[in-house]
Amino acid sequence: MDRVKINVNGADFEVDAGQNVLSACRSIGVEIPFFCYHERLKVAGSCRMCLVSVGTPARDRKTGEVVKNEDGSVKIAWLPKPSIACGTNVSEGMHVVTDSDAIRQCRGSILEFLLLNHPLDCPICDKAGECKLQEYANAYGNGVSRYCESKNVKPKRREVAGKIILDSERCILCSRCVRFCEEVIGRPIFGFTKRGSKTEISVYPGGDNDSNYLLNAVDICPVGALTEKAFRFQMRAWFLRTARSISPESSAGVNTTVWTREGRIYRVTPRDNEFVNDSWMSDSGRYFHIGRGARLSGARLDSSACDLPYAIDRCVEILRLSNFAIVASAFQTVEEMFLLKALAKAAGAPVYMVSHLGEDDGFLVSADKTPNLRGAFVTGLISEYPPDNLSALAEKIDSGEIKTVLCFDEDLKSLGLGSAHFKKANVIFCSSVENSSAVGAKVCVPLEGEMEKGGIWINRQFRMQRFEAVVERPKWAASAVEFLSQLLCRIGGADFETPDVGLLRSVIAERVPQLKGCADIPDCGTLIDASAFAGVKFPEKAAFKFDPASVGANGG
Amino acid sequence: MAIVVERKRLNFFERLYLPQIVSGLIITLKNLFRPKVTLSYPDQRPTLPDGYRGGPTLVKDSQGRQKCVSCQLCEFVCPSKAIRVTPGSIDPDGEYFYIEKAPKEFQINMLRCIFCGMCEEVCPEKAIVLQDEFTFAAQSREEMIFDKQRLYEAGGTLPDKIMKWKRVKDNADLERDSH
Amino acid sequence: MGVEVFMTNILLNSLALAAAGVPGGAAAAPGAVSTPACDWVELLLRVLFSLVAIIVVMSFAGLSVVAERKVCAYIQGRYGPNRTAIPWVLAVPVLGKFLQRAGLMQLVADGLKFLFKEDPLPAHVNKVWYVAAPVISLAPVLVVACVIPFGVYWSNGAAMPLSVANIDVGLLFALAVGALGVYGTIMAAWSSNSKFPYIGGMRACAQVISYELTMALAVLPVVMFVARDAESPLNLFEIGRAQSASAWFCLAQPLGALLFLIALFVETNRLPFDIAESETDLVSGFHTEYGSFKFGLFYVGEYGHMVVGSALFITLFLGAWNPLPWLAWPEEWGAVAAVLSVLTFLVKIAAMLFFFIWIRWTLPRFRYDQAMNLGWRALLPLGVANLVFYMLWLGF
Repeated sequence: MDRVKINVNGADFEVDAGQNVLSACRSIGVEIPFFCYHERLKVAGSCRMCLVSVGTPARDRKTGEVVKNEDGSVKIAWLPKPSIACGTNVSEGMHVVTDSDAIRQCRGSILEFLLLNHPLDCPICDKAGECKLQEYANAYGNGVSRYCESKNVKPKRREVAGKIILDSERCILCSRCVRFCEEVIGRPIFGFTKRGSKTEISVYPGGDNDSNYLLNAVDICPVGALTEKAFRFQMRAWFLRTARSISPESSAGVNTTVWTREGRIYRVTPRDNEFVNDSWMSDSGRYFHIGRGARLSGARLDSSACDLPYAIDRCVEILRLSNFAIVASAFQTVEEMFLLKALAKAAGAPVYMVSHLGEDDGFLVSADKTPNLRGAFVTGLISEYPPDNLSALAEKIDSGEIKTVLCFDEDLKSLGLGSAHFKKANVIFCSSVENSSAVGAKVCVPLEGEMEKGGIWINRQFRMQRFEAVVERPKWAASAVEFLSQLLCRIGGADFETPDVGLLRSVIAERVPQLKGCADIPDCGTLIDASAFAGVKFPEKAAFKFDPASVGANGG
Repeated sequence: MAIVVERKRLNFFERLYLPQIVSGLIITLKNLFRPKVTLSYPDQRPTLPDGYRGGPTLVKDSQGRQKCVSCQLCEFVCPSKAIRVTPGSIDPDGEYFYIEKAPKEFQINMLRCIFCGMCEEVCPEKAIVLQDEFTFAAQSREEMIFDKQRLYEAGGTLPDKIMKWKRVKDNADLERDSH
Repeated sequence: MGVEVFMTNILLNSLALAAAGVPGGAAAAPGAVSTPACDWVELLLRVLFSLVAIIVVMSFAGLSVVAERKVCAYIQGRYGPNRTAIPWVLAVPVLGKFLQRAGLMQLVADGLKFLFKEDPLPAHVNKVWYVAAPVISLAPVLVVACVIPFGVYWSNGAAMPLSVANIDVGLLFALAVGALGVYGTIMAAWSSNSKFPYIGGMRACAQVISYELTMALAVLPVVMFVARDAESPLNLFEIGRAQSASAWFCLAQPLGALLFLIALFVETNRLPFDIAESETDLVSGFHTEYGSFKFGLFYVGEYGHMVVGSALFITLFLGAWNPLPWLAWPEEWGAVAAVLSVLTFLVKIAAMLFFFIWIRWTLPRFRYDQAMNLGWRALLPLGVANLVFYMLWLGF
């Protein structure tokens, strides 16, 4: 990429060409305040907060040569008035001043204008603590208002599509939400009505204003004009701890930030990853952690509660008794799948998986409703795309070939196994949630949920991404990796030590060629070599940043 | 360098020590008959100075409105983590629906509270006030966790001139012509 | 007070009586009865007398505990105990309120507290001596009480002492047995097997040895004075009689009185000489390891010591039962004079106790080396000089 030399506040820097002054300044660590600019949206230039003084080398009108000062330095032709940094592209030799008195005065005045009709109801505003207006008023504001008339009254507490509360009084008319709907969702939902100081943001009357991506407008709203109804008055932003996670909603592998306090999840927001999801995520993905069924809370043996270590002992005993089959789940992490593969290899156990297919919206919700089916391919658990039921396993049980089923997460009774199969074969059910498999199972082992574990998932692009535990695992639940390591050690076949996940990852990096870098994955994830799976027919359609044809073809 | 203090040489009577004892005895004897400084506490209450920091309470404004809007700043600033606020919304059909937010539950653990007054200082609504009560006693730890009702009872009404939430304009007509 | 302690004390008193009866065989019989000692009536009377003596000493000790707290409070500008009340006593119209305000019912509360508290026996102590020590520190007090003449009465024109045992070596007996109290302290210190009590005990020991000499030297001139016109000058009753209708010995021998008084403070371990207890550097000194009733015994023992010590000082220097110097209760008043003499004695004890308390809340504690210096280098030479002076005076 081309580089250009610019001068910011008297210091010379070299930055990428073709970007605007605002992002160039950010890249070299100079902060310029802004409201309406969003790097994933078009530039609107409506807030005027990012005003800076800009100058370019003066050129002689006739000759086009650079004019020099008397001391030999380049003469800078300053623009007579400040320009917006978001709407000005950098050019060779450009001079930028971001902290002169004039600029400070500009910012103070802009804020005074923005605050003229602002209700200043921070105590009841959910945005307080992460509000740009609040931050900038504190950092750049004048501290006083000269306005002594009554403030404008605009509609408040208006519900949008049943999931957003719109407060027009707080709106600073940055148009981010308008642009988002037009550019990303693809149809206008928000718009400006009325004129002058009475201008307000409105939704189109009648019609369907809903979209599965509408809540992104809340995330990008720099003030508290748009707030999420489900998160409304739930908890202050400053109490919430964040964790980097991945949405388990589908194989899109949307990067998320999960906000928690004291073990309770309050909200899920998208995490910027330019290779996967930009700054967006689906609304359904935000509430994926809610309503996944009752928690499997405690180990059970023959439907009666027992101690976890005792249940694990029984598992090992039952698995040693006879041939067993493994039913793996695509919600498991790459680490778990690796251990499971080792277990299957050691015991000669066949591995079954099930595909969970659904609607593909062509954006960030893919047809495959599991986050890590690619991981099962890469770790070698399966080699062809799995069917949507377990009739093959049912036949094996009927014929008496399989006496024990080690099942993870899957709801066996809805996948072709009946009560008769549960009588003929011992089912060991390991999961975080309760389902019909748990009812007839010989042993139930409670495992941690997706939010309680960290690990690696591989998304539809064959991009492996790391996520971390969001909340602490309850005492009564077993860590899946520890549980599997224990099984592996006691049944035999562990030719490596697995005391902790870090060490396990380095073993995986050694043994699985595609996962070479898995011990140290960058925040944006790593695309892995998928040429080995070019023949597999995956159901995902072409979508946002995803082209099914290119996967495998380009070899990662 | 050490400073040497010249001490006065004591004369015979002083070295005898007895005159000093006698004068000491006279002082204590006089004290016997001086008025007592003890405050007979439960019978006599001390006069508390202005700005005394007793137990934190929640107050109502002069119109009887409960002032707290559960912004949770007190919970954030509390150094001893004595305050726990569960935010909630105001009944949309109620009189003060436009204020939108009020605590669903507000607990102060008086066992943890150190009466530092930071909650009062940080409160943007002047809803939490440290008042005169300084004796807290209970039979169990649970009783020392004061809930919202008890805090409002203890706080009563605090008349002040700030009418921050008084409605100047009614936007009901505005709602009518909007969509 | 615990019943067993009470019984122990009666026994000890009886022992003292028996001991008094043997040496010299010159014990003047108390009361009009002059039959041999084996007489039942006489024995019963003596037990009754000893009971009375115990009750007097113990109630004075108890009251002085209250007085201590009250006087201390008043000196410091406080009210002291004025809340404790027994409900049905409080219901008595004027008296109840007075007793409450005076803090007298606090005494009952304190006693009950000592009685009902758990009485732990630390694992590291020498059990026998640890348990014996509080008794040994209290018992001598009650034994000495029986040789103190509390008053006088006249029978057939002869003055008779109102004391349990009027023995000829009364003074020696009182000094000897009274000094036994420190054995309780030392025993407690040693058996506690812990450093602070140990240090406290060592200090008590050294201190008592140092001042015992001074005390004896201060008493000798008194005995010499009494010996001028009495047959048995060591008899406490004789010493008291020597001061009726004449100058009290505190006037005749002011230095001796002062020395005895100072030594008395040491003997009773009172401030400014309570370096054995010295709570600022030794936690609680010799009774650090004690609690509940055992500590209570030490506590009462200390005040008992004060009562008996005061009685001794009054008998020796402050005119015993006589109201004023050169003035005695007239013999013709008979029984009234006898009662008045006892009352006079008791009032004097009360005044002395107040003095003890007053001193305590006025003076700071001596350091150990200061106490030793004072004892050996100031008081002992003064005592010797005092003795020599009066020897010479009486000689010429």
